[in-house]
Amino acid sequence: MNPLLGVLALPLVAFLAALAIPRRQPQNSRWWALGSSLAIFVLSLILVFRFDQGSGQEQFALDQPWIASPDIHFAISVNGVSLWLIVLTAFLTPLCVLISWRSVQNRVKEFYAFLLLLEFGLIGVFVAQDLFLFYVFWEISLVPMYFLIGIWGHERRIYAAVKFFLYTMAGSMLMLVAIIYLYNRTGTFSYAGILDLLASGKLVFGAQEQLLLFLAFFVAFAIKVPVFPLHTWLPDAHVEAPTAGSVMLASVMLKMGTYGILHFAVPLFPRAAHQCAPWIVVLAIIGILYGALVAMVQPNLKKLVAYSSVSHLGFVVLGIFSFTRMGLDGAVYQMLNHGISTGALFAFVGLLYERRHSLEIADYGGVATVAPWLSTAFLVTTLASVGLPMLNNFVGEFLVLQGTATVHFTWTVYASIGVILSACYMLWMYQRVFYGEAGQEVHHHIFDLRAREWAVAVPFLAMMLWMGVYPQSFLPPVGKVNDAILQESQVDVPVRVSLPVPVLPVRVEAARAH
Amino acid sequence: MPISFPTTLDLGRFLPEILLTVFGTLFMVLDAVLQKRSKNLFGHLTLLALAAALGASLYAGSEPGPAFGGMLVVDGFATFFRVLVLGVGMLIVLSSYRFLARENAETGEYHALLLFSLAGQCLMASANDLIMVFIGLEISSIASYVLAGYLRDDKRANEAALKYFLLGSFATAFFLYGVAILYGSTGTVKLDQIHAVLTGPNAPFPVFVTLAAALMLVGLGFKVSAAPFQVWAPDVYQGAPTPVAAFLSAAPKAAAFAVFLRIFTTALEPIGTAWEPLAWGSALASMTIGNFAALLQSNIKRMLAYSSIAHAGYVLVALTARSDTGTSAAMFYLAAYALMNLGAFAVVTHLSGKGERYLTLDDFAGLAQKQPFTAAMLTIFLLSLIGVPLTGGFFGKFYIFKAALDSHLVWLAVLGLLNSAVAAYYYLRVLVMMYMHDPSQAVQEAEPLSHGLQLALVLPALGTLFLGIFPNWVLEFAGHSAALMK
Repeated sequence: MNPLLGVLALPLVAFLAALAIPRRQPQNSRWWALGSSLAIFVLSLILVFRFDQGSGQEQFALDQPWIASPDIHFAISVNGVSLWLIVLTAFLTPLCVLISWRSVQNRVKEFYAFLLLLEFGLIGVFVAQDLFLFYVFWEISLVPMYFLIGIWGHERRIYAAVKFFLYTMAGSMLMLVAIIYLYNRTGTFSYAGILDLLASGKLVFGAQEQLLLFLAFFVAFAIKVPVFPLHTWLPDAHVEAPTAGSVMLASVMLKMGTYGILHFAVPLFPRAAHQCAPWIVVLAIIGILYGALVAMVQPNLKKLVAYSSVSHLGFVVLGIFSFTRMGLDGAVYQMLNHGISTGALFAFVGLLYERRHSLEIADYGGVATVAPWLSTAFLVTTLASVGLPMLNNFVGEFLVLQGTATVHFTWTVYASIGVILSACYMLWMYQRVFYGEAGQEVHHHIFDLRAREWAVAVPFLAMMLWMGVYPQSFLPPVGKVNDAILQESQVDVPVRVSLPVPVLPVRVEAARAH
Repeated sequence: MPISFPTTLDLGRFLPEILLTVFGTLFMVLDAVLQKRSKNLFGHLTLLALAAALGASLYAGSEPGPAFGGMLVVDGFATFFRVLVLGVGMLIVLSSYRFLARENAETGEYHALLLFSLAGQCLMASANDLIMVFIGLEISSIASYVLAGYLRDDKRANEAALKYFLLGSFATAFFLYGVAILYGSTGTVKLDQIHAVLTGPNAPFPVFVTLAAALMLVGLGFKVSAAPFQVWAPDVYQGAPTPVAAFLSAAPKAAAFAVFLRIFTTALEPIGTAWEPLAWGSALASMTIGNFAALLQSNIKRMLAYSSIAHAGYVLVALTARSDTGTSAAMFYLAAYALMNLGAFAVVTHLSGKGERYLTLDDFAGLAQKQPFTAAMLTIFLLSLIGVPLTGGFFGKFYIFKAALDSHLVWLAVLGLLNSAVAAYYYLRVLVMMYMHDPSQAVQEAEPLSHGLQLALVLPALGTLFLGIFPNWVLEFAGHSAALMK
């Protein structure tokens, strides 16, 4: 059997089975979620070992007709980028199960069922190669996250959940229009099919047409990333979500946006992407600086981490729109890094919250004296997030900045300020929470890592170190894909604006004219 | 016109209507004659009658063709809508058992009226002649008016029935006026002949035909509760007994759309460019007014009423597309809409309690904790109404907006889809209530689901998911039928 289909189908099976577990046996739900998510992780590792790292091609492709009219296929495959995102998802889900073990006591069965459904949706987004199927998974992933935030979140959870749902929904509606429009132009939803038409010159977009289509896709993705003016849902969602929700949201869901930009928006509409790049870069840099500055003044731990995400994701967007191999590699690597280090930050903040029941920085102080191991783990994560060499974020940020510098040095200068600022807000936060005199409350409530929590901390820390020291285990397949993407963006036939917008289905004359 | 006795073929094609009328009349008599009877007798009999009519429709549909000298036509399109409204009738009967028992209102009258109304709708689906359309419309409407006021001791039901009746007859008059003008200018009431006259060399003065189209649009727009003729819907839905409101939102609407599609895409197709802007405006207004007004509702029935206005707007988008894909998209949508809406209303019926006391959104609070199954079913329906993939509602919207884009209605498609993002908000409010709040009084008091209601929830839920995962089967049938119409 196709191992990719297994990785995709297993979460769905696990979800359905989780529904069948009686409500009165919460412990069974927990163990089932842990066992099945570990099995999915193992399966995703098998995928890695059987993946041909030397090739930038889509692998493990499966293409089954689903609906005859319009022509929709169940088409899935992975490449060097989506492979790591799938592994990231599968890596984080068991950890999320573990961190929720004690903190979720209410409606346990539903919680783990939704977590598994979320995993299904997320993996689906990364494997779908049919635009329609992609949209389906994109929307499916929304539903469990909505419930995770809305049921198990904090005080303003309902506001946050609805805001999250509506923002994403509004964006994805534009994407749906664009997808249908593309289908009407080309007669296919197949991503590879459309790329072939573009490459062979049988399909040529008019300048304005291409721009509008690009923007429709980009806005949907940008909301998810989130790119600067569209980010306001994110702090609310992060702060209100339960720990596992925050981890999955930050680590994987935001990557749906950047993955979408990289995998769909840029290769399909390279010309428009190049055309918009300066504007998008400006937004990305504003995001980097603005996110960092706002993070600095946050009195709330989760909000601080949330705004730091806005800042970090700015680097990813910057890297993509530098259109250099290094920038793209850095962007993808940064997607993974952010998944690990911000996921870890949210997990550790969750541990603090479980003990002290507060997210206000002011309620802490001196935690290091009471819980040295927890503090150490948090310190490593903080340093990783700041971009200390030998830890993961450094590699990604460096590549992005290096790549950007080769095309536009001023961009790099501004973005680097963001790196400095990140050191300020992270370290300052660390100082206020962990150093100083331990107050009565802190002494009373906070204790060090327990066995189950070690099981969460160790994989996170190991990954940060591994990815920081030896990025070569991850980068080669990514580079292959990025080469292909850059190549596709070059293939773009110069557009003659004077041409009327071509009508259905493909334009053969344009190809012949060359 | 040569006068002849109806042949067996004619009668065969008319069999569903005959069966419905015979059973309806029989119920009236039985109601008076039978003193001691099982409470569920009429419900069971109605299911039987509907099953017989369904069988007759399928039988008639297996041999398509005109009947009664072309006054009726039984094609795939007619069969589709007959099956649809009869299916709606069955689901309504299933969700009515418990309701009627609760309200102590188990008479044969209710079921007889339901059957008459359905007979009218079946006639509308197969009418190929403006007079037949009108007769069907009247049969369906008059029975519906009475049904709306069925709980005659209830003040709100009385108000609803009166409002529905007054505005409804007013709208029917508009329709009739349009028919008269069309007859005056073309000399015929047969849809195919009107088409021939309008495309022929002696085409009448277009202003009159356009006026006739506009008047018919007003009449039918009222029946489908499209803006700006929608004001009756919230009051009537709120006042009418919940199963009746469910019925009104599905069956008469589907039948009216059948007529709408048939008249406007066959007879009036030649002047399409003239009525297209009207349909465009009405579609956009319905979606916008429906969705934005629904945002403000605190009564679930009013909210569903506004949502039904918005959904009428989506179907009008398909009509505006003026293409076969548009017609088949509308057919698919109406089927999906009937399923999800009936399901949602069935939950309302279940939860509202004796005398329909619990109808606010707050009454849904905590349903997921007390009755997870009911809540899960309602979740499916609401997600489908939002248009989340893998539900029928999603494919319905998808096909409609695809048809709109095919016909280059880019702006209508964009505005429509953004509208459906707005709509997500008010459906989400119900989800929020069910899953994220503590149980309300209504939920504490709710009785376990009766068997009838269980079926009335499970069947539409399965249908919604089926349409969402394997839409092809229905869509293909709709596609064939849409092409057959002309």
